[in-house]
Amino acid sequence: MDISTQEVKRVSVMTVKGRVDSTTAPDLENALKQLVEGDKTQIVLDLKDVEYMSSAGLRAMVSTLKSVKRINGDLRLCAPSPRVHEVLRLAGLTSIFNIYPGQDEAVNSF
Amino acid sequence: MSESRLIVPARYDRIKQICSFVVDAANVAGLDESSTFQCQIAVDEACTNIIEHGYEGEDRGRIEVICNTDPGVLKIELLDQAPPFDPDKVPEPDLGAPLEEMKIGGLGIYFMKKMMDDVSFSRENGTNRLALLKRSAG
Repeated sequence: MDISTQEVKRVSVMTVKGRVDSTTAPDLENALKQLVEGDKTQIVLDLKDVEYMSSAGLRAMVSTLKSVKRINGDLRLCAPSPRVHEVLRLAGLTSIFNIYPGQDEAVNSF
Repeated sequence: MSESRLIVPARYDRIKQICSFVVDAANVAGLDESSTFQCQIAVDEACTNIIEHGYEGEDRGRIEVICNTDPGVLKIELLDQAPPFDPDKVPEPDLGAPLEEMKIGGLGIYFMKKMMDDVSFSRENGTNRLALLKRSAG
């Protein structure tokens, strides 16, 4: 799994590539936590290149969403593949997260 | 029918190897892409549970994976020697809970049941056995 972050219009856009599973999810959670601790509370997680996500990845995202919501921020998702979207849907998270088809839409939603 | 077998130490960083092994078997069985993905998720969640809740940590035992294939059918067995596991004691996830009360735990078994055609747990001679069955969607 690779993670990169850039600032776009005062929104932190984190792009994740590869597999998010029990092995890699702690790295994703830590990277998101660092953003929040650095007062970056408007976050877009670009999932376009995430080929696989287990419940460990969902746990990392939900944990971060709780943290940012408490300080009036938000973690928004964009471009999940059909497979990752299915995992989100089965976990009941498509109604918890704001999900956008592309990165531009997600950034402009803030 | 074709059978393949893999034995690995119960470590999180071995789950990817187990998933690859299962994907290879799913390809032999001729499962479609969606069904193959679902097998990966189910096996990933099962192995995570074995390490986290069964062995209660890494490197405390091993996981044996046995795949049996027929055209359009994949049967996966996961064997471990962790203490007995009672799946009925795992609470169902509350998927309708508000965010602050949401706990992303208990999703593993839920995902397995949602994604596989049959899931069964048993224990024999000190070994936990989880059998997962997947038929091709087509």
